[in-house]
Amino acid sequence: MPLDGSEPYLKIENLWKAFGKFLALKDVSLDIHEGELICFLGPSGCGKTTLLRAIAGLDLQTKGSVHQGGKDVSSLPPSERDFGIVFQSYALFPNLTIEKNVAFGLENTGRSKVEITDRVSELLAMVGLADQSKKYPAQLSGGQQQRIALARAIATNPGLLLLDEPLSALDAKVRVYLRHEIKELQRKLGVTTVMVTHDQEEALAMADRIVVMKDGVIEQVGTPTEIYSTPKTLFVADFIGEMNQIPATAGPSGAVSFGNGTMKSLPHDFTDGHPIIAAIRPEDVIPHGDEAHVLGSDDVVETEENALEVVVDEMEFLGSFWRCRLQHKRFGESELIADFSINAVRRLSLAEGGTMTVELPKNRLMAFERPEAVE
Amino acid sequence: MTDATQHTLPAGPSIKGKLSRDDIIMRGSMVVIGLYLLITMVFPLYAMLSKSFSTFQFDLSAYEVQVSDEAGATFSNPIRLNDLNEQLKVLEDSDMIAGSDGRLGVTQFFPDFSFRSPVKYRIRNTTDEGRFLVGSTLTDSTEWVELDSNTFRRVQLRPVKSTGFGNFRSYFATPALSNSIKNSVLIATISTIVTVTLAFWFAFALSRSCMRFKGLFRLIAMAPILVPSLLPGIALVYLFGNQGMLKELLFGASIYGPIGIVIGSVFFTFPHAFLIISTALAISDGRLYEAATSLRATPWRTFWTVTIPGARYGLVSAAFVVFNLVITDFGLPKVIGGQFNVLAVDIYKQVIGQQNFEMGAVVSVVLVLPAILAFAIDRFVQSKQVALLSARSVPYQPKPNKKADWILFSYASLIGIFIIGMLAVCQFAALVKFWPYDLSFSLNNYQFDRMDGGGWGAYYNSIKLGLLTAIVGTAIIFFGAYLVEKSNGFKTGRAIFQMFAMLPMAIPGMVLGLAYIFFFNNPANPLHAIYGTMAILVVCTVTHFYTVSHLTATTALQQMDREFESVSASLKQPTLKLFGRVTVPVCLPSILDISIYLFVNAMTTVSAVVFLYSPTTSLASIAVLNMDDAGDIAPAAAMGMMIFYTNAGARIFHLIASRGILSRTQAWRNR
Amino acid sequence: MTIFQKAMTSAAALAISATAAFAEAELTVYTAIEAEDLARYAETFNASHPDIKINWVRDSTGVITAKLLAERDNPQADVVWGLAATSLLLLKSEGMLEAYAPAGVEKLDPKFVDKDETPAWVGMDAWVASVCYNTVEAEKLGLTPPTSWKDLTNAQYKGHVIMPNPASSGTGFLDVSSWLQIFGEDDGWAFMDGLHENIARYTHSGSAPCKLAASGEIPIGVSFAFRGAKSKAAGAPLEIIVPSEGVGWDMEATAIVAGTDDLEAAQKLVDFTITKEANEMYNVGYAVVAYPGIAKPVEHFPANLLDAMIDNDFEFAANNRAAILKEWAGRYDGKSDPK
Ligand SMILES: Nc1ncnc2c1ncn2[C@@H]1O[C@H](COP(=O)(O)OP(=O)(O)O)[C@@H](O)[C@H]1O
Ligand SMILES: [Mg+2]
Repeated sequence: MPLDGSEPYLKIENLWKAFGKFLALKDVSLDIHEGELICFLGPSGCGKTTLLRAIAGLDLQTKGSVHQGGKDVSSLPPSERDFGIVFQSYALFPNLTIEKNVAFGLENTGRSKVEITDRVSELLAMVGLADQSKKYPAQLSGGQQQRIALARAIATNPGLLLLDEPLSALDAKVRVYLRHEIKELQRKLGVTTVMVTHDQEEALAMADRIVVMKDGVIEQVGTPTEIYSTPKTLFVADFIGEMNQIPATAGPSGAVSFGNGTMKSLPHDFTDGHPIIAAIRPEDVIPHGDEAHVLGSDDVVETEENALEVVVDEMEFLGSFWRCRLQHKRFGESELIADFSINAVRRLSLAEGGTMTVELPKNRLMAFERPEAVE
Repeated sequence: MTDATQHTLPAGPSIKGKLSRDDIIMRGSMVVIGLYLLITMVFPLYAMLSKSFSTFQFDLSAYEVQVSDEAGATFSNPIRLNDLNEQLKVLEDSDMIAGSDGRLGVTQFFPDFSFRSPVKYRIRNTTDEGRFLVGSTLTDSTEWVELDSNTFRRVQLRPVKSTGFGNFRSYFATPALSNSIKNSVLIATISTIVTVTLAFWFAFALSRSCMRFKGLFRLIAMAPILVPSLLPGIALVYLFGNQGMLKELLFGASIYGPIGIVIGSVFFTFPHAFLIISTALAISDGRLYEAATSLRATPWRTFWTVTIPGARYGLVSAAFVVFNLVITDFGLPKVIGGQFNVLAVDIYKQVIGQQNFEMGAVVSVVLVLPAILAFAIDRFVQSKQVALLSARSVPYQPKPNKKADWILFSYASLIGIFIIGMLAVCQFAALVKFWPYDLSFSLNNYQFDRMDGGGWGAYYNSIKLGLLTAIVGTAIIFFGAYLVEKSNGFKTGRAIFQMFAMLPMAIPGMVLGLAYIFFFNNPANPLHAIYGTMAILVVCTVTHFYTVSHLTATTALQQMDREFESVSASLKQPTLKLFGRVTVPVCLPSILDISIYLFVNAMTTVSAVVFLYSPTTSLASIAVLNMDDAGDIAPAAAMGMMIFYTNAGARIFHLIASRGILSRTQAWRNR
Repeated sequence: MTIFQKAMTSAAALAISATAAFAEAELTVYTAIEAEDLARYAETFNASHPDIKINWVRDSTGVITAKLLAERDNPQADVVWGLAATSLLLLKSEGMLEAYAPAGVEKLDPKFVDKDETPAWVGMDAWVASVCYNTVEAEKLGLTPPTSWKDLTNAQYKGHVIMPNPASSGTGFLDVSSWLQIFGEDDGWAFMDGLHENIARYTHSGSAPCKLAASGEIPIGVSFAFRGAKSKAAGAPLEIIVPSEGVGWDMEATAIVAGTDDLEAAQKLVDFTITKEANEMYNVGYAVVAYPGIAKPVEHFPANLLDAMIDNDFEFAANNRAAILKEWAGRYDGKSDPK
């Protein structure tokens, strides 16, 4: 949401991209505001990079418009747009030293030699690599290379920073560390940033807003918590975090039925008897009698209804919690997965093969369209 | 939630991108280099193709004759020659096809003609097109010409120019010409089988055994690339000619003919086959051998189930490359072919010997077909090989095996002796005063200025051509490849350019050279001025060797990060700055490879330039050809060896220079 | 790219300076004369005619002929100086030559002048067929020297004779056309059938057979006399045999191209080409020249050669060239393929 009601910095309207017959972007519209960090999130091949490249002008969209800073840039070549970019491969010039790489974009811009040198030092200090300036890219680690690429991209103070899977080539530890670095740098510079990733954790941790994409279409746009707690589609629900999916039929709004039993749920628009998927996140399943289970303070859990007697089929210890697979005849083949705190398990003396009562809180139980049965 | 949006692209025009300055520069440059290829290849080939369809035919309906009585006073009614021919059936339609210098006597239409008779004849052209000679004087008016019998016998009809398949029909109706197709294919096939077999075992010995001196053998195997293809022919004359040192080994068979061509072809195509096959063997997966060993497969079985399948694309590719080299080669059959006619030499004979340019064009068209076919198959096979290359394999480590190593070493030595021997024979012959009568050593044969062929000037011209070709060619080709690989959009333009860049490989040198005559030696062509200059030789040689250089450049460029250009554009830096600062330095090793490739080939090429050199731009390789042609075989050998030493020197220089340059500019490669 | 540009600019500069050089008239002269002789010929001419500048266009006989024919409708040349008479006849039959009787033409040997009333071309010098015979190799093989063409069909020479291919060599063609003139059509072909049995192979160039005989590769080479004399002078064990039936020959000749811009200058040049002085100049490279009585004897050159030269019918040779070559190829070229 525009905090001050102003025009969005980047306005994407009805964007289409065709590769021959194949449509990689289908009618994509999106507003991005000044200073935001936006993540494009989605499975591989869903069109994230395509959208990013269209914004940059590197691969022109087939149809639709892009406005940046109030100016129509739809058909401008990259060199006439205002952005810095970091690719997955970093694309550092292998035969130029670190400082020459960073200085590359500063040349021919009316800056004097001294200005350039100063700016390069400043940038290298900013990314914490001031002592590496004379080295060649191949002599640096992956994480260091990534930071150089970032320094090069922001050297000319672009209005827009585009990052295409900037962290995916790094190993897990470095990745987590660099998430913070990038986020911090972005905050400090206040530069509007679009980052492509297929890693939901990364998106949740970094983004101001997440754009979830699938097959060339935007499924949902929202803050990480919005996306997580109120996914608009089953795809989003499934792609971000974990989600139990149990075939069911719709009751009247606010109710779903499993076989012969009906449960209360969040309100929905389906007609009575429509086949649906009932969904609930594993951590939202409440073990009966565990009053210690706490949700966010704004959530009041109503526990009277939606209780079930289930059999504990399997338990898996995952360090900070237990993952339990629960069976109930109403769910048929599907098992209900629930994450219980170590405390709860201890208190209730849960064990594989035992029975227990769980509740599916009605303001956590969602109903989604059931996809066509896949053969 | 159901998604109501329709997922079909709305109608209406697509967005047209505005071109950046860089886009315009790059497209402009690509168009310029594309035009270069158009002018230096497509137009000439088109000129040649149309020449092959320009037919000369006698048109009997264009002439009328009258015959007098015995007294020579009263004349018969005029009758057209075609009507006369209809009545008498003297000539058939196929007899009407002629060359540009064709002549047709008219007395054959008068069965009772005698040059002593007092009968008089009148003849005239019925149209402005008609032309006939009396003796050697041309008549092209429609006036009647009255002649006595003795003069009438000197009347010769001239053919008129038309367009059609006549040349092709007469080509296939002339066994002396069309037999060459069979000969060429036969020779190329035999040479291919022999070369590929020999090269395979040689490459096998080098990659799969623990024998010694592998580096030396590799060096020797590449030596034939440094000499013109005529040189092995000259060596064979000294070895197996009538005065040859080893003449008895042929048991009376003549070296002038298929035997000589095959042996010589094996010599000059060996390095090409060896290079391709050893690459194929090098990428075979060592893990398969380990698997075979653990399954206790016999070496023989391993060979057939692992080695051969792994190398099969290499073998097929080598076969087609060799086939193409042999069938398009001109120098060797010219020197050692004797009466065994092959297509490439036929072109030369038709053009240089008989000035029958139309027939030369026809033979060229005939020669292009198998060459293009072999080329297309090779490209297809190469595209398959890529998949093999990218497989994750482990290099094979041979294990010592005394007996096998010894056998393979002996084999490699034999091949080595064959190659060195041929070169040594030429060098020896060059130094002998007057073979076989005076075997004392002298440098007489190096006094090139005393022979036909261009003298030492030709040698210096060759070096000049080599350097110019290397510099100009590398610049054009590398920049062209960069534009195709790295420019944005402009898909059709790039596809056309790419096709143009691949075409020269399929065009035999003879054909290219002849096509250049048709195109550039045309007074109406504004580029006519470069005909007969060094410039046309440079242009022709660059075009002739464009494809391999282009592929080398493309391979190098494809290994560069695809996003460099995007980064540079986002930083608002001109693409040409990126090209100069990053692309060229990073690709320097490949650029140096391209330039030495062009230099060596410019030094050795004969086929294309043989039609294009002028007295002031004669070349060393042409001098070898012409001196051999004139019977000055020893000086030809001497000049051929000069080319060898020059190329060897250039290679060594290239090696040292690139080491030096690389160590200074490629420091970034070392981690 | 820079070197290429340099080359182009220097070429352009050269062209400019060339045209800027002082000369009242300029003639474009097409020629097939050996390149090394061009400067000498032009110098000698300019000694007496400093006001006429010659721009040479030189190429091999075949290419320059083709070039002239290609430019038939728009001739670039003013004069052809030094092209085979057979080629000039082709040009004449296209109506491309300007008939002109140069001053002093009557002093030339009539064999060297076009038979037309006003000659279309005039000869300069001749090359004459001969047989080069390697005495050392022949003795090894036990051969007796031939004295006539007919002798060469003798079975003892089987595989020991080499001659140029008439389809690719002017010398080869003058041999064949002379045999057809000497023996007549039918006997001529019969003779060649017999000769073909003895031929080891046909070479592309006319001088090669003599050089191959000189090196002993093949003992008998049908070639031309001047080449034989040169090889003999170089120390080869050669005998130059002039067959008793007579020998064929061809000449280099001069003509004016019809439609020249400067007929006057062209005529001056052609006048010069038949002078005694010019013929002496030709004599450096040719033993037989058109101006009688001035040729200096060449060492080892057969003395009786001038008499042995047949009365060559160039018109016959030119008008039947295509037919003869077709017949020749049909008989000997297709046949010689190994089966
Ligand atoms: N140049 C291209 N030609 C054809 N198809 C392409 C091209 N680039 C991308 N695609 C296709 O478009 C879809 C989206 O690609 P991309 O945007 O790269 O996905 P991702 O979300 O993984 O970044 C993929 O199915 C891909 O195969
Ligand atoms: Mg992507």
